[in-house]
Amino acid sequence: MTITKNKEGTRMTLALEGRLDTTTAPQLEAEVKTSLYDVTELVLDLEMLEYISSAGLRVILAAQKQMNKQNSPMVVMNANETVMEVFELTGFTDILTIQ
Amino acid sequence: MEKMVVHAKAEELESVNAFIQKHLEQSGCPVKVQMQVALAVEEIFVNISSYAYHPKTGEAEICVDVDGDPSTVTIRFMDQGYPFNPLEKPDTDTTLSAEKRGVGGLGILLVKKTMDHVAYTYEDGRNILTITKEIN
Repeated sequence: MTITKNKEGTRMTLALEGRLDTTTAPQLEAEVKTSLYDVTELVLDLEMLEYISSAGLRVILAAQKQMNKQNSPMVVMNANETVMEVFELTGFTDILTIQ
Repeated sequence: MEKMVVHAKAEELESVNAFIQKHLEQSGCPVKVQMQVALAVEEIFVNISSYAYHPKTGEAEICVDVDGDPSTVTIRFMDQGYPFNPLEKPDTDTTLSAEKRGVGGLGILLVKKTMDHVAYTYEDGRNILTITKEIN
């Protein structure tokens, strides 16, 4: 998986490309742990994300919790059909802001 | 039914999925179903890798078969680790807020929701988890 980070002021976009699974989730987890503290708006762009498993969901949930704690919005964009189905089956459509 | 035996380690996930996808492709399985099966395989295999023999390691045996009309794939996972029935735990509550959500249980929930049938038995010292899915 490739993570492309784009930061404009305190607005950060993380574009994910490839597979967010057991093997690659730690990459995103490291990013979430180190980069979010001064972010006031987080965008996860999933346009190029092909696949997600529960390991990926856990990291996205951690990011959402962190942003909630900071009283700052997080938006998930451009998820494909496969990824969206996983969000729907797990109720993540209710806890994420999906555009 | 074809069989594969691997070390129960997350590093083997790719070869396990390649083994199963080969069978699905040969059967003309739609890509969407291939993805769902790959997801179920990841969730189950990673669970076995993480917990079955912890902190030691051991082997996992995976059998795959495509049969019947309509075509149905059956995948059986076996390990000789601690007896553990992943279907026993209550389902994760998917209506809770982000704050109240824990991190566990999502994997097996995805398996239950994407597969047509999931069954667990413990026989002769082995955990046996079988999933089936109609493929076309």
